[in-house]
Amino acid sequence: MEKRDIERKPFMTVPTQPGTMNDQSNKIKITAENINCYFGKVHALKNISFTIPENKVVAIIGPSGCGKSTFLRSINRMHELVPDSRIMGKLALDGEDIYAMDAVVVRKRIGMVFQKPNPFPTMSIFDNVAAGLRMNGMRDKKKLTEIVEKSLQQAALWSEVKDSLSKSGVSLSGGQQQRLCIARTLAVSPEVILMDEPASALDPISTAKIEELIYELKREYTIAIVTHNMQQAARVSDYTAFFYMGELIEYDVTKKIFTVPAKKQTEDYITGRFG
Amino acid sequence: MKTIFFRYRKIKNVGMYALCVASVLVALVPLMLIFYHTISHGLEALSVNFFTQLPKPVGEPGGGLGNAIVGTLILVGLGSLIGLPIGIFSGVYLSEFGNNKFGMIVRFMTDVLNGVPSIVTGVVAYTIVVLPAKHFSAYAGGFALGILMIPIVTRTTEEMLKTVPNSYREAALALGIPQWKTTLRIIIPSAIGGIVTGVMLAVARAAGETAPLLFTALNNRFWHTTLDQPIASLTVFIYNYGVSPFEDWIAQAWAGALVLILLILFLSVAVRFATRQRF
Repeated sequence: MEKRDIERKPFMTVPTQPGTMNDQSNKIKITAENINCYFGKVHALKNISFTIPENKVVAIIGPSGCGKSTFLRSINRMHELVPDSRIMGKLALDGEDIYAMDAVVVRKRIGMVFQKPNPFPTMSIFDNVAAGLRMNGMRDKKKLTEIVEKSLQQAALWSEVKDSLSKSGVSLSGGQQQRLCIARTLAVSPEVILMDEPASALDPISTAKIEELIYELKREYTIAIVTHNMQQAARVSDYTAFFYMGELIEYDVTKKIFTVPAKKQTEDYITGRFG
Repeated sequence: MKTIFFRYRKIKNVGMYALCVASVLVALVPLMLIFYHTISHGLEALSVNFFTQLPKPVGEPGGGLGNAIVGTLILVGLGSLIGLPIGIFSGVYLSEFGNNKFGMIVRFMTDVLNGVPSIVTGVVAYTIVVLPAKHFSAYAGGFALGILMIPIVTRTTEEMLKTVPNSYREAALALGIPQWKTTLRIIIPSAIGGIVTGVMLAVARAAGETAPLLFTALNNRFWHTTLDQPIASLTVFIYNYGVSPFEDWIAQAWAGALVLILLILFLSVAVRFATRQRF
């Protein structure tokens, strides 16, 4: 593989950075440069270059199979679980090469929330949230209790479960389970949270709660969210990226994407003419 | 027209349902026959002495198979010491890391091993353990039973771990939990019920084997003091007593069969109770 020199060369090619990013104070959290991903012979991501600014929410939209989930998973190296997957290009977290880091360390710093709520079935609500810390060696009971409470509060679930922390995680409703999964992710205090259609299996009320949560969370975390729901993208995100057929078509301030998109394909997609 | 179709469909439904129920009943018949015969024939020879005393010589009434009951437990215990760790670790390997050519070969070999007749396993144990030591022993019996248990435990462990949805693996890995801890603390506990079932299947199979023991553990009419001497087992006693011409021996063979069934039943229930899910 070629030498990695992410920091030396400033990366400015369109459409990697949001066009009208007027607050330049924003630090870039994640930089992707010429990412190409293959599953066997399928070319899933084609030359994706992309940046995610710190403490912002970036939504990734596009029709099914366009590579948006693949891109999200390549950020914390979850794509490696698929046998036969190959990735080329550069991906950096705070300028540090993600593919040169240890995968476990990457995933500690970049958490992920999945489409289907997946609390660990053999664990109580408390144990679910504490799992990440415990299995990385934290034994301090008092500190664990503190972090579990804080995480559940951040995930807006504390008031609903504070009296039943020893109950099974799967005894909760779908929406509560998803917030439990978010709390579980927050507990290991990641810097970035990736969300892969976090609300697509939930009812509208639970969805609204998750969206509110995302709005709250961006004060402390950087968030990338894949969604099929364009209203959702418009509501929660600061920037929106449109993927199509494995390519990044357009990336800009959310308001601009949904009002005056630069590309015809983007306009067609968000107005429902194809997809 | 419509109602005729409707009725036809309903009749078909009832017919298929009846067929399924009938099949279940037919499948249960042998089980019921086994229970009926072992209980009706075995109860009469069953007494406290049966569990505590040694077999008596021919012609002397009474006595028991105490040494054979202990012997079976020892043999199955030795077999488990060999078979369970190897089987469970292989199963974990096949399910979590065996998605490659080597895994495929191992899987195939395990199936072949599963199909090897148990008497062949006995001969192998005889060659490897009995011949060099120049005498039959409990070790040899345990070794043979252990080999029999490995493929059963391996394949059930693998299948059970594979039923754990991938989303749990992903969730754990995404928390920055290393893979070995994910497997040990999240995946295995999620499948523990099924793994235990596989273990109990293997234990039951081992406890019920006679052929490999004839070549390895032989038999013993006295209490065992060390593991390097021949050892008694219920199955070998059932065979020896069952084919004998003496009525009280035949009765004791029935009682031995009943005890063997109850032993395995008791073990299964106890282990299941001990490893039940908290929720």
